[in-house]
Amino acid sequence: MSGEITNIVVEVMPHFEGYVYPNEATRQPLWSVLIVLYPYITGLVAGAFIMASLVRVFNVKALEPVYRLSLLTAFAFLLCAPLPLLFHLGQPFRSYQVMITPHLTSPMAIFGFVYAWYLMAVLLLELWFDYRRDLVEWSKTTGGFKGLLYRIFTVGVTDTSEASVKLDHKIGHILSIVGIPSAFLLHGYVGFIFGSVKANPWWGNVLMPIIFIMSAMVSGIALCVLNYMILTWIRRRTVDMRCLDVMGMFLFYALVVDAAIEGLDWIHRVYSAEEGFRLMQYMAREKLFYTLNVGQALLGTLVPLLMLGGLQLFRHRASDLARRRMYFMSALLIVIGVLAMRWNVVIGGQLFSKSLRGVMSYKMEFAGMEGWFMAAIIFILPFMILTVLVKLFLSEKLPTTAAPSQPAESPA
Amino acid sequence: MKDRLTRRSLLGKLGALAAGLAALPALKTAKAAVQKVLVSSNAPKGYDPTQHKWVMAIDINQCIGCGSCVEACKKENKVPQGPYFRTWVERYVIEKPKPGSGEARGKTHVDSPEGGMRGYPATPVRKEDILHSFFVPKLCNLCEHSPCVQVCPVGATFDAPDGAVLIDPKYCIGCGFCIQACPYGCRFLNPVTHVAEKCSLCYHRITRGLQPACVEVCPTQSRIFGDLKNPVPNDPIQAFYAKHRVTALKPHLGTDPRVLYAGADREVQ
Repeated sequence: MSGEITNIVVEVMPHFEGYVYPNEATRQPLWSVLIVLYPYITGLVAGAFIMASLVRVFNVKALEPVYRLSLLTAFAFLLCAPLPLLFHLGQPFRSYQVMITPHLTSPMAIFGFVYAWYLMAVLLLELWFDYRRDLVEWSKTTGGFKGLLYRIFTVGVTDTSEASVKLDHKIGHILSIVGIPSAFLLHGYVGFIFGSVKANPWWGNVLMPIIFIMSAMVSGIALCVLNYMILTWIRRRTVDMRCLDVMGMFLFYALVVDAAIEGLDWIHRVYSAEEGFRLMQYMAREKLFYTLNVGQALLGTLVPLLMLGGLQLFRHRASDLARRRMYFMSALLIVIGVLAMRWNVVIGGQLFSKSLRGVMSYKMEFAGMEGWFMAAIIFILPFMILTVLVKLFLSEKLPTTAAPSQPAESPA
Repeated sequence: MKDRLTRRSLLGKLGALAAGLAALPALKTAKAAVQKVLVSSNAPKGYDPTQHKWVMAIDINQCIGCGSCVEACKKENKVPQGPYFRTWVERYVIEKPKPGSGEARGKTHVDSPEGGMRGYPATPVRKEDILHSFFVPKLCNLCEHSPCVQVCPVGATFDAPDGAVLIDPKYCIGCGFCIQACPYGCRFLNPVTHVAEKCSLCYHRITRGLQPACVEVCPTQSRIFGDLKNPVPNDPIQAFYAKHRVTALKPHLGTDPRVLYAGADREVQ
C-alpha cells in the first residue's frame, strides 16, 4: 500500500510478488499511462457532447450559456483523442492499416471509423451549422488574419436568409440527435476494448461499456462546469447561477447513476467471488488502495455525491458564493476521480499476473514515450487547442446570433 | 437542393443496402485470398498448409526441468535477452498439509526464473515437506478459438490452415491487444522489432520437414510433436493420445487449446 504512491512518483526497482508469467515480468506494463489517458480523453469528449445535447435536443434553456463552450470542449479533446493511442503503438507508421485493412472481429479495429464518423460527420458538421451564420457576419466585420480565417471557415456559403438559417437549425438538431448515440458508441466502444478481454478478470466484464459511458458523462459535464467557471473568472464576468445550478443538477443525477452501476459491478464481483477474486481483494487493499478507495470511491464519488446532493436539497439556503465553490470543488474532484478510475481499470488490470498467482508493480518514468512528461503534454494539448478555439469562436468582441435551442421564429 | 424522400427512392436505397450486405462474405473471401499472397510466414515455396495439421502435446511426467528447450528456442528464434519467452518451463512445488490442519494439500509454490533456462534455485520447502514437485513446459496453446486472433485490429495474427497461430511481423502495428488477450501469457512485445511475438511451432523448421527446436533438444521426450493429417508408423503423437488422459489449460475460457497436457495438476493454470 505504501509502495503505491512512491512507485508512481519515484523510480524504484521493478518487483514482483508471487509468480508472474515470465513474459509479464517486464519493466512497465504493456499499456501504461498513455492508455490511461486515451479512455479519459474520449470520455471527456462524449460527456461534453452530451452536455451540449441537453441544450439542443432536450431543450434545456438554462444551459444555453455553456452550449457552445461544451461543443468546443468536445471538439478540442476529440482532436487529441487518438494521440495517446498512436504514440503508444510499437509501429505507429503502420497505424493506417487499421483503417485500410480492419479486422472486423477486433474491438479495436473500428475505432478509426467510429472516430472519423464522430469527428467528421457529427461534431465538425454540428459546429459548422451552428456557427455558419455567425461566421458570415464575423467575416464581414473582422479584418486581418482572423477575418481571413472566418472567411475560410464559411467555405464560401454566405447565404444568411431566414430560410437558410432555419435549415441550419434543423440540420443542427438532427446532427445532435445522431450525435448522442454516436457519443455513446464512441465511448461504450472504448469500454468494450477492455470489457471484451476475457483473459483478464479485472477487465472482462459485461458492465464495462456502460460504466465507461456513465463515467464519461460525469467527467464531461464536470469538465464543462470547470471550463465555464474558469472562463467567466478569466473574463471577470459573473457566473449565470441558474445555468450552474442546472449543470450541477445534471452532474448529480449522472453521478448517482454512475455510482450505482459501479457499485453494482463491485457487489457482483464480491458476491460471485469468481476465480481471481482473492487477488482482486488484494489489489483493492494494497496495490490500488489510494487510487481506488481514496481517489475513485471517496474523493471522486462519495464526496461530490454528498456535496451535489446537499445542494439539490438546500440550494436556496446556500449563498451564491458557497454554491459556486461547492460546484467547483465537486467538479474538480469528479474530474480527478474519473482519471483515477481510468487508472484503476487500465493499470490495475495489469498489476496482477494472468496466472493469478502474483502481482507486479508499476513505476512511472518521467521521460520517454510512456512517461509523466509525455502524458502531461498530451493532456495539456486539448486545453491549449480549446484556448485558441475560445479566442476564435467565443470572443466577447464579436456579436453572436440566436441561441441554438431557439428556433428561428422566436426572437432571442 | 432538397431531395424528397419518396417510396421509390427509399426502396432503391434499401435495395442498395441489401446488396452491400450480401457482398460482405465475398469481400471476406477476397481478403483471405489477398492475405494468403501478402502474408510473410517463413514457409518455403511449394509448402501447402492445407495438407497438414501440426500439433504439440506435453507429458509433464517426463519433464526434468533441464531448460534446454527454452535455450534452444531463444537461440533458434533469436528471442531477445530478458523477460521474453516463446516457451518456458514452470516448476511447481506442492507442500504436504500441516499436520492437523484438516487440509488435503499444503501451499503451492511456482517459479520459472529466466523461464527455467538456467535451472532452478533450491526449493523454499524442505525435501521431506514436499508432496509433489514437477515441471510444466509452456508454449502457445494453439487455441481453436484464439482470443489473440480475434482481437488483432489488422489481422496480423492469424490461424494458419495447418494449425499454427502465426504473426506477420511486417504487418503487426504493435498495439499489444493480443498480448492482453492471451490468457496464457504466451505473447510479448519484442523490444527490438516492436511487434508482438510468440511461439510459431518453429514454422520455418516444420514446413521444411524438421521438428521444432524445443522438441528436437528435449532429452526426455516430454514434448511430442506431430502432424494429425499425416500420421507416420508408430506415430508418437497418436501414441501419446492413446496412452494418456489429457487436460487443456484454463478450459473455462472456451479457447479450446490444441496443446494438451498429460499429468497436469489442478494447480497448473
